[in-house]
Amino acid sequence: MTDAGGAGVTDAGGVRVTGAEGGGPLLLGVRHHGPGSARAVRAVLEEYAPRVVLIEGPPEGDAVVGLAGDIGMVPPVALLAHAVNEPGKAAFWPLAEFSPEWVAIRWAVARGVPVRFIDLPAAHALAMAEETEETEEGETSGEAGCDGDGGCDGDGGGDRADRGDCAGRGDREDPGDRGDGDERADGDERADGDERGDGDEGPGVRHRDGVGDRGEREGSERGGGGEGEAGSGHGSERGPAIESDPDPDPHSDHDPDLGSGSGTDSGSEADPGRGPDAGPGPGPGPGTGPGPRPGVGAELRLDPLAALAEAAGFDDPERWWEDAVEHRGGGAGRQRGGGAREFDPYEPFAALGEAMTELRATHGDGGHRRDLVREAHMRLRLREARKEFGDAATAVVCGAWHVPALTARTTATADRAMLKGLPKVKAEVTWVPWTHRRLARQSGYGAGIASPGWYGHLFSVPDRPIERWMTKVAGLLREQDHPVSSAHVIEAVRLAETLAAMRGRPLAGLTETTDAIRAVLCEGSDIPMELVRDQLVVGDVLGEVPESVPAVPLQRDLVREQRAVRLKPAAAERELELDLRKETDAARSRLLHRLRLLGVAWGEPAMARTGSTGTFRESWRLRWEPELSVRVAEAGIWGTTVRGAATAKASAEAAEAGGALADVTSLAERCLLAELPDALPVVMRVLADRAALESDVGHLAEALPALVRTVRYGDVRGTDAGSVAEVAAGLAERVCVGLPPACAGLDADGARDMRGHLDAAHHAVSLLARTTLSHGTPIPVDGAGLLDRWRAVLRTLAGRDRVPGLIRGRCARLLLDDGRLDDAEAARLMSLALSPGTLPTEAAAWVEGFLSGGGMLLVHDERLLALVDRWLAGVSGNAFTDVLPLLRRTFAEYEAGVRRTLGELVRRGPGPGPSGGTGGRAGSAPAAGESLPGFGPGLDTARADAVLATVRLLLGHREGGAGAGQGAGEGGARSRAGAGTEGEGEGEGEGGGGNGGAVSEREGAGV
Amino acid sequence: MTDSLAAEPAAVLRPHAEDAFADELKVLAAVDDRPRPERWRLSPWAVATYLLGGELPGGQVITPKYIGPRRIVEVAISTLATDRALLLLGVPGTAKTWVSEHLAAAVSGDSTLLVQGTAGTAEESIRYGWNYAQLLAQGPSREALVPSPVMRAMAEGMTARVEELTRIPADVQDTLITVLSEKTLPIPELGQEVQAVGGFNLIATANNRDRGVNELSSALRRRFNTVVLPLPETAEAEVEIVARRVDQLGRSLDLPPAPEGFDEIRRVVTVFRELRDGVTDDGRTKVKSPSGTLSTAEAISVVTGGLALAAHFGDGVLRAGDVAAGILGAVVRDPSSDRVVWQEYLEAVVREREGWKDFYRACREVSV
Repeated sequence: MTDAGGAGVTDAGGVRVTGAEGGGPLLLGVRHHGPGSARAVRAVLEEYAPRVVLIEGPPEGDAVVGLAGDIGMVPPVALLAHAVNEPGKAAFWPLAEFSPEWVAIRWAVARGVPVRFIDLPAAHALAMAEETEETEEGETSGEAGCDGDGGCDGDGGGDRADRGDCAGRGDREDPGDRGDGDERADGDERADGDERGDGDEGPGVRHRDGVGDRGEREGSERGGGGEGEAGSGHGSERGPAIESDPDPDPHSDHDPDLGSGSGTDSGSEADPGRGPDAGPGPGPGPGTGPGPRPGVGAELRLDPLAALAEAAGFDDPERWWEDAVEHRGGGAGRQRGGGAREFDPYEPFAALGEAMTELRATHGDGGHRRDLVREAHMRLRLREARKEFGDAATAVVCGAWHVPALTARTTATADRAMLKGLPKVKAEVTWVPWTHRRLARQSGYGAGIASPGWYGHLFSVPDRPIERWMTKVAGLLREQDHPVSSAHVIEAVRLAETLAAMRGRPLAGLTETTDAIRAVLCEGSDIPMELVRDQLVVGDVLGEVPESVPAVPLQRDLVREQRAVRLKPAAAERELELDLRKETDAARSRLLHRLRLLGVAWGEPAMARTGSTGTFRESWRLRWEPELSVRVAEAGIWGTTVRGAATAKASAEAAEAGGALADVTSLAERCLLAELPDALPVVMRVLADRAALESDVGHLAEALPALVRTVRYGDVRGTDAGSVAEVAAGLAERVCVGLPPACAGLDADGARDMRGHLDAAHHAVSLLARTTLSHGTPIPVDGAGLLDRWRAVLRTLAGRDRVPGLIRGRCARLLLDDGRLDDAEAARLMSLALSPGTLPTEAAAWVEGFLSGGGMLLVHDERLLALVDRWLAGVSGNAFTDVLPLLRRTFAEYEAGVRRTLGELVRRGPGPGPSGGTGGRAGSAPAAGESLPGFGPGLDTARADAVLATVRLLLGHREGGAGAGQGAGEGGARSRAGAGTEGEGEGEGEGGGGNGGAVSEREGAGV
Repeated sequence: MTDSLAAEPAAVLRPHAEDAFADELKVLAAVDDRPRPERWRLSPWAVATYLLGGELPGGQVITPKYIGPRRIVEVAISTLATDRALLLLGVPGTAKTWVSEHLAAAVSGDSTLLVQGTAGTAEESIRYGWNYAQLLAQGPSREALVPSPVMRAMAEGMTARVEELTRIPADVQDTLITVLSEKTLPIPELGQEVQAVGGFNLIATANNRDRGVNELSSALRRRFNTVVLPLPETAEAEVEIVARRVDQLGRSLDLPPAPEGFDEIRRVVTVFRELRDGVTDDGRTKVKSPSGTLSTAEAISVVTGGLALAAHFGDGVLRAGDVAAGILGAVVRDPSSDRVVWQEYLEAVVREREGWKDFYRACREVSV
């Protein structure tokens, strides 16, 4: 690169100054994040050697700019400005290794040349953003953060805008808009152009944190600059630049937005996202959805790049940028030639400056009204610098769009007047680490650059970018065991070059290389291609900042929150009992849960000392370790507020979760606990998708209980559980469909696992149905219908021959317990299962399935007992040994009392039917014997009377109470009482809004 | 291959691409002033225009032959220009053969140098065979040799085509390796060889889903650049294709036209697309994909079948019930796994959908 610069320099001579009449300050209009611009900037600075470098960015950053030279500072990093009192309000200026601004900063810092940021101060920008948002969209504003950010963007937007401008392409996305700085803009992009509604998906979330903004701004840049710049990157250095125009297709596949290219976007009101962006902008009325008008003509938000491209007869502004601007300087020299690069580093700047001047003469501010204010500020700062260092010693790096404005002849007074009365907040600026993924729009944070890895490559390779790129790709594929030979690489390079020639481009860009990689190296498959995109085109680069940078706003927000909930970080461990019904305790719980999501393990959930497992109680063990501060700093990349960061992190985790379905479910649960309603939709969506593709019914059934629990908790905590319930219902639906085939042909172990799933699913479905039926919040799920379908599945299973006995028996039991199987039918099923033709082991398995989990059934229904008894008596000696372990397992679970009673009943033999005394099943017990089953033929009244007094005492004089415990209503009661005690029973008992009706007995048991 | 057959000027059922579009090719050749690779009839740019359609500077309109991503066509043409062989992959019904025929017609002006790949394709069809009468009478000589289309293409610098490459037995496939890498075809019996001249190239097509049948050896695969032809991108386009094709077929089968059936066609296409893509049209719900290909061609046959049902056994109007059984048959190819997929789709997607009640009921009826 130096060579490139060097050569250029000499020819250039010192006098060519862009933009200004000879000798004026050096104005370098760049495309943000354009490697080409970056190279050119470096070359020019080397040559021109200014004594001060002015950069478009928040002036508050002057204080920390020196850190850029620190050895611990590794790009990508971002300059983060945030409002001190409201950390949620923040803006980011991400800088990658290949960003022209970064190159300029590094150049200056290394030489001790002062760097000054000249954009509108973040103090105003953040404040203005707020105003804007107020006007525009009330809704999101709640999260001020977001908007705020957005706002920042706004300012920043300005920058971006610049970039946009420079980039030209910027606009396409929303760069221009970015000017406005809506956050949602990003959202849209990311969201793929859904409506802002999408915001929900990911973007929305981010906004909140402030991350959002960054998103936007990036969004814009990326949009625009991203690709084009890449192109430029080459351009300058090698000359002709390879253009990378990522835009063409690859992206488009993924995100419509990108795809849309600048031209397009404009047209579409479709993209809500943009609309908004535009809207917010300074000028246009807020809320005007439509947003930027299409391309050139539009008075609102002009996309400079699109305008220039259209003037040149190109329909794709990106490509125009690369072909016309980036290649213009060094166009001639082929990179590979390595030979003469006669290339004047000043030329691209001059040409671009002219073009922009022309454009602005026609279109004025192009609809980016806030730009005028920003530019006024830039001029003021420029004037200062010129006064101090002299015209010839001053260099400015800013978006090309601003270049004409900086040369405009205005008076200092006029400029000052424009800046008068701007709203202001207290703002601070610091550096935060960034990543390539975050620069890339795919990540959702949307830096706006679609292919940072590719740009980085273009920026850093000395020559032969395509060959080196292909070699890199081949290396990656080989690591993944894809057979890729050198011959492949050769062919891929040839194809890329042929494609470029065919498309009339001077050099192969990212599109051409990607097409060639897919056709040659990946053999047409998109799977390795995805890998390439993820690992190389975007890349896994992580930035670092030195420890000496000022604290991130997240830290500040945490301190504020800690103060608000009166929880002091202390090194000593202590227990904390929370009652979630109290406001403060609920807030504490939220904070702790959020921190846990962020990996800041300040509090760990502990077993409650009281032993209560109520849903409104939580126990925590708190301990603040010093390294937690580091964790907080690390978490700073997720956002500027605890809530925002946790939301962003949860969303990202959901998107990346590769593990089992249950992982996502538990994440959903955690989101609910941490009260992150914005993350929930994202998580739910991932969950629904994952569930749809899950073919193992077992996994689905495993995931279901946690999800239903979530619905339940949500209910208790008063959060909207509608979406969760919907997903849970969908999951249950899938279990219903998948269960019957999954149950066929299982072996003994498989059947046992499946039985567990069956039980879990049954409880979950029942609970879900009950929740949807009983609770106040409207839940868009047809609980009753679901329950019916589930019972139909159970019935099918109970009667299907190919299903293992264990499952069949279990299904019959579950139905019986629910009162959906009458006794006669149960007896029929049992006699069928135990008929002599059945394999004894199969029959025993049926018995296990039917009888396990509570033996009261047999005690109460002698008919069933008799069936079992008769069957067992008929089992042959050999078979009996096989059957014994199964039976033992079944009966061993019973409580001692039940076993004893059963034993007595059996010893007594099939006597006269049991009395109806036990309640529920009177019908099944036709005989009106005088004796209670299990207590022998006659009643010894004398002995009974002796006990009576004690019993009365125990029961507190409640007559007849004895039976209530178990006997309660109908058959259903029994099983419930048994099972219920474990988990849900209690939950309901407490949480319930009282509608215990159906479960009255349960309450008895639970409490 | 023999010329005597082709010489008949009587109307053929289906003329070759170079004949059917002779005018367009001529116009393009006249306008085309860009550099052409050796023995190419058109420049790569003109070939792309021929395939994708467009308006020439002179105002002549070239009809699009292939509607799909431009990028793919450009990669395919560039591949031919780099002297690498081109492998077109795709599920059945994605116009692989159509594209290969038109590419050959535009590049070489002749799309007839074709080897149809089958399980019975022998080496002779790729290399050369013998005219045994001649062979016995005169001994081995060039006259007794029957050249394959590939050999002719090599000798004349033309584009050869191999259809269904993966159906050809692996050992026969590998005959192509020498042809593609050394660009020569030795004739050991004569001690001679045929060397390819500039302009020779080969386009092969293969079915994506057949990869396992006779997977290409990696040595052979390496000689190809692979281009995957996608299914129609938008539902609208696919509905259009299905409707038009059904219309044509219906007429030839003397079925009454069913204008009201358009909604049903849309429904069939929607079901096919959603199952194929694994996600619903609104992008909100994922669904599992069955094992069948669910290509556009199958959608066409489902609708045609439904139309026949409606015409002969119904009231002539295409209704949900007429297509339900056909859809079930197309979707459920593997009775165990596909049935679950289908039922899940029915319950999770169809049941909830506005205005699809009749369809849901019809499907439930045939599914049980």
